[in-house]
Amino acid sequence: MSEIVHPLHRFIRPSVTHNSFCAGCGDGIIVQSILRAIDGLGMEMDDFVFVSGIGCAAWIPSPLFDADVLHTTHGRPIAFAFGVKMGLPDKKVMVVSGDGDLVAIGGNHLIQNARRNVEMVVICSNNGIYGMTGGQAAPTTPMGVKTTTTPYGTYENAFEDVSGLVIAAGASFVARWTTAHPKQLTNSIKKAIQKKGFAFIEVISQCPIQFGRKTGLGSAVGMMEDHKKRSITMKEAKNLSPEERRGKIVVGDLVDIEKPEVLQEVNKIKNKARGGVE
Amino acid sequence: MSGKRVHTGRYFMMGNVACAEGAIAAGCEFSAGYPITPATEIANHLAERLPPVGGAFFQMEDEISAIAAVIGASWAGKKAMTVTSGPGISLMSENIGFAVSVETPCVIVNVQRGAPSTGMPTIGIQGDMVQAKYGSHGDYEIIALCPSSPQEMFDHTITAFNYAETYRVPVFILSDAFVGHMREEVIIPEPEKIETVYRKIPEQGSDPYIIKGFLSEDVAPMPIFGRGFKANVTSSCHDEVGKRNLIDIPALDKYIRTLSNKILKHKEEITLVERDYEGAEIVLVSYGGVARAAAMAASKAREEGFPVGTLRLITVWPFPGEEIEKMAKKAKHVIVLENNLGQMYPYIKADAAHFAEVSFLPPRLVGEIQDPEDILSKIREVAK
Repeated sequence: MSEIVHPLHRFIRPSVTHNSFCAGCGDGIIVQSILRAIDGLGMEMDDFVFVSGIGCAAWIPSPLFDADVLHTTHGRPIAFAFGVKMGLPDKKVMVVSGDGDLVAIGGNHLIQNARRNVEMVVICSNNGIYGMTGGQAAPTTPMGVKTTTTPYGTYENAFEDVSGLVIAAGASFVARWTTAHPKQLTNSIKKAIQKKGFAFIEVISQCPIQFGRKTGLGSAVGMMEDHKKRSITMKEAKNLSPEERRGKIVVGDLVDIEKPEVLQEVNKIKNKARGGVE
Repeated sequence: MSGKRVHTGRYFMMGNVACAEGAIAAGCEFSAGYPITPATEIANHLAERLPPVGGAFFQMEDEISAIAAVIGASWAGKKAMTVTSGPGISLMSENIGFAVSVETPCVIVNVQRGAPSTGMPTIGIQGDMVQAKYGSHGDYEIIALCPSSPQEMFDHTITAFNYAETYRVPVFILSDAFVGHMREEVIIPEPEKIETVYRKIPEQGSDPYIIKGFLSEDVAPMPIFGRGFKANVTSSCHDEVGKRNLIDIPALDKYIRTLSNKILKHKEEITLVERDYEGAEIVLVSYGGVARAAAMAASKAREEGFPVGTLRLITVWPFPGEEIEKMAKKAKHVIVLENNLGQMYPYIKADAAHFAEVSFLPPRLVGEIQDPEDILSKIREVAK
């Protein structure tokens, strides 16, 4: 009898026997969506360099993916990825990390590289909490939620629209989905990989252990159902007043535009400096 | 601007410009930095000189991202460098530890300025000597070189790249505003006379799962990205193949010791000093710009009949304790000269004090180089 092997198993580093995700974590869905997108495009892992930071989601490519993987310091993966991309312009560079890593400690690298419009894919698993360190409040934790560092409830305004921040900074592709939309997410990742520019995907994800359990907001399935129920399309959002839109998750490909990309611009400069035409 | 890497010739050149020329001659293709006095001329010159030779300088959002991008580019196979001053090094410190952990060749130029904190940007002091060695957390070894002239800004930058590539480690150029802004004769040799080194990498086509790309005291081949090596690069405690290990203390011990031993084992090859103390009873020990005042004072003292010599440290890290001991065994008095409150002095004293009297002479005002006359007075005092 032959062994049954998952069709995406060929993308997993052979020495990896297990992952570090808690039962019910949304990161597994993100893993699948990334690998299905790569598979769907007929690409191989050697076409990519993956870069991650610190936190649960940073463990999606490292050590799971059978590719060149750079697991960096907290908040800095996009800055490392910038150097990798400049050194290997023909490779696809993908950053996978969490909201704490990319939006809190690493927020400036996120907005500055969206502004530069450097060709890379950044996937942000946004679970609204610091999971790995034990459920501390993040800038994305909704106001009033009790966490281990806010036992009386968070008293700060939260980032309610991380994608909006990246759009304002100038990214050329931005999409948002929840882990309850794996097929749509996979499609958007495919588009992001093919985009000649900064492509950002926010995935609203569930952390049933550090968020759901501590906040009493429910199980993995409960949280996913809630995310799905609150999801609306951009078209639906347009017809709602700001009041009605509160608490909703606007999903879809939010931005897909063409604009100058930094690598191509640098190549023009090199040509010019050599005495050639721009 | 010519698209040549090496601008052979004889120039009247600023130290910072010579540093940039040295980097390009060494094969630097990628530089990232953030504007800071008194290092800006290096960045400016790299920005002009790199594109015609196929490279580029990138101005980042801060020094944290500058060193991060340099490390990323190095893993992409490029020779890479960042240039900054003390405040920038403070911001880079975490990622410098990352570079040490995952054994990334890179060059970090620190044109030191008046410190602590914002300090006095246009004044050179040797205030970051110990920071270079201990700025990031944990036990580790880096290499640091101290140029004392524009010519050495050129020469040492090439040496720094060669050391970085040979030992897969961040190499510091510890210059200061004094040497960085000094203008002097700089001779740039013919390209074929410049020795350049590129890191060892695994053989193309190697089975990626058995490549031992980390933690060898003899420096493991670097499984750079884009070659199918499937490099698993993490600054968490890891083993020779890069596999993370967060539970075994023996693995942690090996991780810590190997990173340090990799440099210490090759200390003799890395150590560069300038010895001029044959027959001397009093030896002036210094480095960087201060060594110029020491040399002048020694020459004047000899004219007065005092048996005075000099030892100039070019490699300050790994600390050349053996050189200090060798010198101290022949001397009666050792005078340490630095443009700070005595940063290398405790290290020098620890290796010299068993054999000779050791004292420290700071400049009258920190931020000035010692007046050779003050050094002479000190020599007369210890000679009594």
